[in-house]
Amino acid sequence: MLMRDTTAEDLALARATARRQARSRWVAHAILAFGVLIFAFPIWITIVGSTHDVNTIGRGEVPLWFGTEAIANYLSAWLTGGSGVRQTGAVPVWLMLWNSAVMAVLIAVGKIAISLLSAYAVVFFSFPGRMVCFWLIFITLMLPVEVRIIPTFEVMVNLNLINSMAGLVVPLVASATATLLFRQFFLTIPDEYVEAAKIDGAGPMRFFRDVVMPLSVTNVAALFVILFIYGWNQYLWPLLIVSDKDLETVVVGMTKMIGSGDQQNEWNVIMATAVLAMLPPVLVVVLMQRWFVKGLTETEK
Amino acid sequence: MATLSLSSVRKQFGQTQVLHGIDLEVQDGEMIVVVGASGCGKSTLLRIVAGLETPSSGIVRIDGRDVTQLEPADRDIAMVFQNYALYPHMTVFENMAYGLKIRRVSAPEIRRRVDEAAGMLEIGHLLDRKPRQLSGGQRQRVAMGRAIVREPKLFLFDEPLSNLDAKLRVQMRAEIRRLQKRLGVTSLFVTHDQVEAMTLGDRLVVMHQGRAAQVASPMEVWGVPADTYVAGFIGSPAMNFLSATLALGGRGAALQAGPVLAFADGPRAGADGAALAIGIRPEHVLHEDGPGALPLAVDLVEPLGSETVIHGRLPGGETLVARLPIAASAIGDVLPVRLPAEAWHVFAEGGARLPVAQAVAA
Repeated sequence: MLMRDTTAEDLALARATARRQARSRWVAHAILAFGVLIFAFPIWITIVGSTHDVNTIGRGEVPLWFGTEAIANYLSAWLTGGSGVRQTGAVPVWLMLWNSAVMAVLIAVGKIAISLLSAYAVVFFSFPGRMVCFWLIFITLMLPVEVRIIPTFEVMVNLNLINSMAGLVVPLVASATATLLFRQFFLTIPDEYVEAAKIDGAGPMRFFRDVVMPLSVTNVAALFVILFIYGWNQYLWPLLIVSDKDLETVVVGMTKMIGSGDQQNEWNVIMATAVLAMLPPVLVVVLMQRWFVKGLTETEK
Repeated sequence: MATLSLSSVRKQFGQTQVLHGIDLEVQDGEMIVVVGASGCGKSTLLRIVAGLETPSSGIVRIDGRDVTQLEPADRDIAMVFQNYALYPHMTVFENMAYGLKIRRVSAPEIRRRVDEAAGMLEIGHLLDRKPRQLSGGQRQRVAMGRAIVREPKLFLFDEPLSNLDAKLRVQMRAEIRRLQKRLGVTSLFVTHDQVEAMTLGDRLVVMHQGRAAQVASPMEVWGVPADTYVAGFIGSPAMNFLSATLALGGRGAALQAGPVLAFADGPRAGADGAALAIGIRPEHVLHEDGPGALPLAVDLVEPLGSETVIHGRLPGGETLVARLPIAASAIGDVLPVRLPAEAWHVFAEGGARLPVAQAVAA
């Protein structure tokens, strides 16, 4: 084919393409910015609200810029949990955060430990009833905590675990989701590793420790993030099982700060508590972000 | 160093019989190559020797000891896998040392053995790397190294070269052979590649549908194949088979393509008219005129440089592949070819080799 000079027509086409691309980029960014605004606005209101005095919000104002009471509000929340809490009385936020953190870590670690082992059993061993076990685990997925809450409560009462950290954590620990996830991951581990380990003389637990665990590290980290947040956000179960103030978790405790309307709510302190309650999950996500993304996107080959 | 002995090893998966009774005696230091098309049961056989599968019946002995019921780890074997099976999170050193560590070999001894094997394989500078930082050939060496450090009685190779590119494969093939000779470890090598089989093995086991079709040295398998399957499998391009019938009172064959030619080596038992298959390798077909010559209508020409592979049809429609030292030939040409009787392989109707009948000759 002959070479041809670039004509005015070609230039016009190129310009049109550039224009079109610029426009679609602009539209995409506008939509994204709008989305960010919708999601970020309530959080902004909360953060700003936590820096005003109790009367500003009590009057129904929604301030959009910081006030001057930040230090007082956060100190009040952290040390006493505010003064006007109905019946139960105030629980300092530091204690509630501690309880929440312990519960969330125990749930996450427990779920991961149990599901790693059960997935390992289901994938790498052939025992009678293996698929039955797998499906039994699987169908528990269809029964959320809310559905089985009365029998579970009954069991906890009989076990004398009401008002204890164990009672808070144990019913939430067994996890079909994590088992399923690990099962899928384990299925991608080539049989050759298992066979090589057999020839190397590694027993099942040795293989688990030396090969399976190191290969699962990124998945474990990703799951830890998800499960920590899941545990942190638990509401219904802690509300039922714990009446002892010393075991109050922050999500439940925060709602208890909101009164039924016969007295003024300390919205400034409640908002400070909300901000404090948000921080640990954010911290976990930020600290584990690298692992988290890796665990979701790539499998080590 | 050890002997390996299999006696009537059978394996069934459900209703499918994969191995129909394999017998094999492997001498100390011998390299046996098990070769066959995919699905012939060769990998299953290797895995039974390794202990990764249990045979449905039969006995596996290593050095005279019945190991049929033993775990792989207790059989004193080492295996090189097709995909190498290097643990991805361990360094080369850790990979090679893992089996020794589990066997509680002392740290200095592990160091010594790994260094020695690494030196032998020229991977000493790679010991701190992870497998994913290695090329295919390097991984292959590490997998070999892992087998060597164990100082096992038996090496098992499961198609270890099939993931390498052609050039590297040839190189590694030679290296495996050299290493095996040097270490003198009894070895079982599974492959589907007949060139690999021919070049590596002291003896070959040609597997076909769960049976050992022939167990013999490479040259014997090539020169005196036991049946049409072996004859067709070993050699490239594959052997030609021409249908014929026994003629001249058992002293020759009437080719379907025309001429009646006498056997060069002696008469065969059987009545005239019995169906035969005459096998002749492409490299034995001669491009010349003369008595018994046949016209070959060329329909495909594959130049290889020094030679040319010519595909054509004989009168009667049978295809014939010839490897001829001629450069120029074109599709549509008709070449005169001769099929010298000295190069014939005579097979009976069922496919088995039909030997010279001694009684009739005398």
